Amino acid sequence: MSKSLHRREVVKELLAKRGDSLVIGGLGAPAWDITDAGDHDLNFPLWGAMGGAAMIGLGVALAQPKKKVLVLTGDGEMLMGLGALATIAVQQPRNLCIVVLDNERYGETGMQRTHTGHGVDLAGMAKAAGFARTLKVNTQADVSRLKQRIYSGEGALFAQVKVDAERLPLVLPPREGSLLKNRFRIALLGPEAAQQ
Amino acid sequence: MKKNAESAWPDEVHALLKAAGIRQVAIVPDAGHARLIKLCEKDKAMRVVRLTTEEEGVALLAGAWLGGEKGVLLMQSSGVGNCINMLTLPIASQFPLLMLVTMRGDFGEFNPAQIPMGNATQAVLEALGVIVKRADTAEEVPEVVSGAMRLAFNTYRPVAVLVGQRLLGAKDFRKLTESVPQ
Repeated sequence: MSKSLHRREVVKELLAKRGDSLVIGGLGAPAWDITDAGDHDLNFPLWGAMGGAAMIGLGVALAQPKKKVLVLTGDGEMLMGLGALATIAVQQPRNLCIVVLDNERYGETGMQRTHTGHGVDLAGMAKAAGFARTLKVNTQADVSRLKQRIYSGEGALFAQVKVDAERLPLVLPPREGSLLKNRFRIALLGPEAAQQ
Repeated sequence: MKKNAESAWPDEVHALLKAAGIRQVAIVPDAGHARLIKLCEKDKAMRVVRLTTEEEGVALLAGAWLGGEKGVLLMQSSGVGNCINMLTLPIASQFPLLMLVTMRGDFGEFNPAQIPMGNATQAVLEALGVIVKRADTAEEVPEVVSGAMRLAFNTYRPVAVLVGQRLLGAKDFRKLTESVPQ
C-alpha cells in the first residue's frame, strides 16, 4: 500500500481539463475533493442523499447527452445504492462516468471499514451489471489511462480507484442546496433557467 | 377510445404529462400504473427508466432537473417507504418532484403486509414536508395530477398524488389462486 494513490491528487488530475463536463460529488470526502480541485458552477456536491450520486448522474446524463457527466463518489456511498449499477447499465448512457474513490472506509464517521475492505469488488459488480467499460485503478499510470478513457471514450464507464485512507482537512463547498442547484442550472442552461 | 372514466384516466394523465414536457419517467412497476407505463413506453418523447428501488427515482429526477429536464416518478405506496431519506434532497434543495403513487393497504386490502405502509403513506410524506393530494375517483385523477404537477414545477417542491385503492380496486388473491392452472 506504500505507493497507493492520494484521492485529492487523483481528483485534481481528473478534473484538470474538465472543460464543460458536469460533475456530481458524492456525500462526504468526494464532495470535499471536487471542491479542493476548484469549486465550480458545474459541480453539484452532495451534503446528503447518500446512495444517490450515481442516479443523479444518470438523470443529468440522460438530460444532457452531449455533455460528459462525471460522478465522483466514495465506496460507502456507492455501496448504499448498488441497484443503481443495474439501472444505469440497462440505460447505457454513453456520456456517464462513475468514479469511485475507494479508501475502504467510511471516512466521515471515523474510518470504519466498508465492504470493499473485505474484498467486495465494485468494478466487478459494475461489469457484471453490464457497464460498457469498467476499470480498476491502482497506480499513477492507471490514473492517466482513466483520464484518457473518461474524456475520449464512449459508453457508460465505471472505475474503482483504490486510494489511501487519509484524514484530510475539509474543503467545504457552499452548503445551501438551492444555491448549488441554481448555479449549476444557470451555468449549464443559461440565465433563463432561473425563470423556468 | 374512452370507454369509461375508469379506463381513461391513464390516457388523460399521459396526455397531461406530455403537454407539460415530462421527459424522464422513473418507474417501479405497479399493476395500478400498468396502462400509464405502457403509454409512456410507447411515447418517443419520453424515456422510461426502470429502477431497482424507488429512491433511485428521486435521485434520478433531481439529476434530470439539474440537466434541464422534467420527470415523474411512478410507484406503489410501499415504494414511498423506500424513498424517505432520498426525499431530503429535493426538499432541502427545492427541486420540483412529481410522484404518482398507486395505493395499497388503503381500501379493501387482502394482504396484511401492505397495511402498515399503505396506512402511513400520507402521514410519512407530510411529516417530511411533501405536499400530498389524493384522488379517490377515476374522474378526479387528471385534475388532481394537473394541479399537483403545477405545484411541483411552479413552486419547486416535491408533490405526491395518492391514487386511492378504492379507485384501482383491491387485488383479489383468492381469485388469482383459483385461476392458477392445476
